[in-house]
Amino acid sequence: MAGPSTYQPKSRFARWLEPRLPIISFAADFMVYPTPRNLNVWYAFGAILAAFLAIQLVTGIVLAMHYTPDASLAFNSVEHIMRDVNFGWLLRYMHSNGASFFFLAVYIHMFRGLYYGSYKAPREVIWILGVLLYLLMMATAFLGYTLPWGQMSFWAATVITNLFSAIPVVGTPIVQWLWGGFGVDNATLHRFFSLHYLLPFVIAGVVILHIWALHVPGNSNPVGIELTRPEDKVAFHPYYTVKDSFYVALFLIFYAAIVFYAPEFLVTTVNNTPANPIVTPEEIVPEWYLLPYYAILRSIPNKLIGVLALFAALVTLFFIPWLDTSKVRSARFRPTYKIYFWLFVVDAITLGYVGAHPVDATLFNTAIPLVWIGRLATLYYFLHFWLIMPLVGRIEKPNPVPDSIAPAAHGTGGAA
Amino acid sequence: MIVRTLVLASALLFAQYATADAQEPQAAQAAAPAAAAPAPPKAPAVTPAPLPPRHVNWSFDGPFGAYDRGSLQRGFQVYKDVCSACHALTHIAFRNLAEAGGPGFTPDQVRALAASYRVPAEPNDQGQTVDAMGQPLTRAATPADYYPPPFPNEKATRAANNGALPPDLSLVVKARDGGSDYVYSVLTGFGQQAPAGETVGGGRFYNPYFKGHQIAMPPPLSDGSVMYADGTMATVDQEARDVVTFLTWASDPKMEERKLIGSNVIIFLLLLTSLLYFSYHRVWYGKH
Repeated sequence: MAGPSTYQPKSRFARWLEPRLPIISFAADFMVYPTPRNLNVWYAFGAILAAFLAIQLVTGIVLAMHYTPDASLAFNSVEHIMRDVNFGWLLRYMHSNGASFFFLAVYIHMFRGLYYGSYKAPREVIWILGVLLYLLMMATAFLGYTLPWGQMSFWAATVITNLFSAIPVVGTPIVQWLWGGFGVDNATLHRFFSLHYLLPFVIAGVVILHIWALHVPGNSNPVGIELTRPEDKVAFHPYYTVKDSFYVALFLIFYAAIVFYAPEFLVTTVNNTPANPIVTPEEIVPEWYLLPYYAILRSIPNKLIGVLALFAALVTLFFIPWLDTSKVRSARFRPTYKIYFWLFVVDAITLGYVGAHPVDATLFNTAIPLVWIGRLATLYYFLHFWLIMPLVGRIEKPNPVPDSIAPAAHGTGGAA
Repeated sequence: MIVRTLVLASALLFAQYATADAQEPQAAQAAAPAAAAPAPPKAPAVTPAPLPPRHVNWSFDGPFGAYDRGSLQRGFQVYKDVCSACHALTHIAFRNLAEAGGPGFTPDQVRALAASYRVPAEPNDQGQTVDAMGQPLTRAATPADYYPPPFPNEKATRAANNGALPPDLSLVVKARDGGSDYVYSVLTGFGQQAPAGETVGGGRFYNPYFKGHQIAMPPPLSDGSVMYADGTMATVDQEARDVVTFLTWASDPKMEERKLIGSNVIIFLLLLTSLLYFSYHRVWYGKH
């Protein structure tokens, strides 16, 4: 961690261990890690994400003990989990809805970063690792979605793997290499299961790097200034362990409400029909958390350019620390950027709405074709990052930034 | 902000119940189902959109709803006497019928019921799988066996059903938009005249709740299709309610356990959250 340790081993065992493996001092430093005392509720989502990574790992490992990754057995093995395994339904509903809440939390976490400019120097690497985690989460969620081998599992796997067929010349060989055959089949399911089991551990590894990179410069904060006075910071434990625990428990209430009372609310009914390669569902829709990118893909009539736009939309996120040219971090003191931030939120929700509806749909019973709304929203997505962000940073006249968090630390708790 | 988030999330959670309650009384809809439907666009090439399912006040609705045992048992009788002629129930074993949260048959009833079915036998002690006549060996079913399907495979199913494939019913309620209401609406949606401009194909039946308004299934239920042991009048509506209750259980056999554990978990989390809230303010006292 940052700086030399202040930990002094006390017991005989600790004194013996410290020069050999300084793991106790490592944990002790983690506990006293100085954290800004003005972090609001939106900064609790890091802890919430850690909790959900743990939930997904534990439920997933147990589910894998009962699941069979074979094209002819997978669907029935999931029903076996739902009906015969003790609390199997609970494990599965926690895991499938856990993915949704994981994404809900990661989106809030990312939008918090965008609002408070958390990605700016010296925290660019934290952001880049975060975007990498987000991409790994998307890959893991997609792979996991195929495992129940329902109709939507099968057709989602078919559509997503077919994206690579847009690559000129080598497209088809790449897709066949991904499939392990000439279509989505048993070999595909086996490798998807293997990778779905692997990637969460890669995520856990990158999470360690993400937190390591966080502990070097320390947390950003809603005011967006570097905190130099010791009284502006508190020890991570007990101050943030207790505050984060409170917010984690609060978030779990919403999660439990869905898991126990509406467990199929976020799932398409079609996936309760076994995969059938000769019957295409009327509408192939990804899970809600991938809908904005699905809208970007479908808004472009040319497949190759659509796929490139989809990947460009994701890769763009890596460049945000350099696209934002403002010297001021927090949107609290950036009146113009604040407006564009909320416009971008609206844009992302619009893309999600477009992605959830058929290509030929129109907007709310009007004659406006939804695909054009999607095209405008796609254009705005790129404009926001590649034009508005750099320009606003140069043109905008920020409000005066306080040189201390003292006033902000009193009474402005949850207000953004 | 937190309060607003809470309100939003609870609105989201209970939206399904809220919209269900907001439906018109079903009797009024049943009286004029065709009139309630918006005028279909005059484009013959377009498949007519199915009517929205009629809402029934199910005993299992809502966070505290449970299955009506009597209805589950009657519903099983409807499945057994009517539906099972064409529809399989792959994921239901006889033993499930005696399990907690289900129809509540006794283990003896289930053993007797299972014994009345023949299932393919395992190879006998001589290793034979067929008898002297070349017929496959069979044995009486036990509670551990799954409900035998009406046909051995998809080809046989289609051959016996005019090319149509009656879907497996063990997940049908979870596999259709509209769930229980949808299955009920299709079962009770027969017997209406197709409106002018809609022609019903050969071997098909008009049913406005089904996709395309045409279904290959003949009207499965009629008054008195089954003779209820408990004396309930076997009207089409009653039979449909009972079999849908049974099929909802078949799709979601752990619902009662889920809701019970759910209420405990949520009470626990509310307590935990309150305690953590007070701890948080205690620890942060003077630091804010």
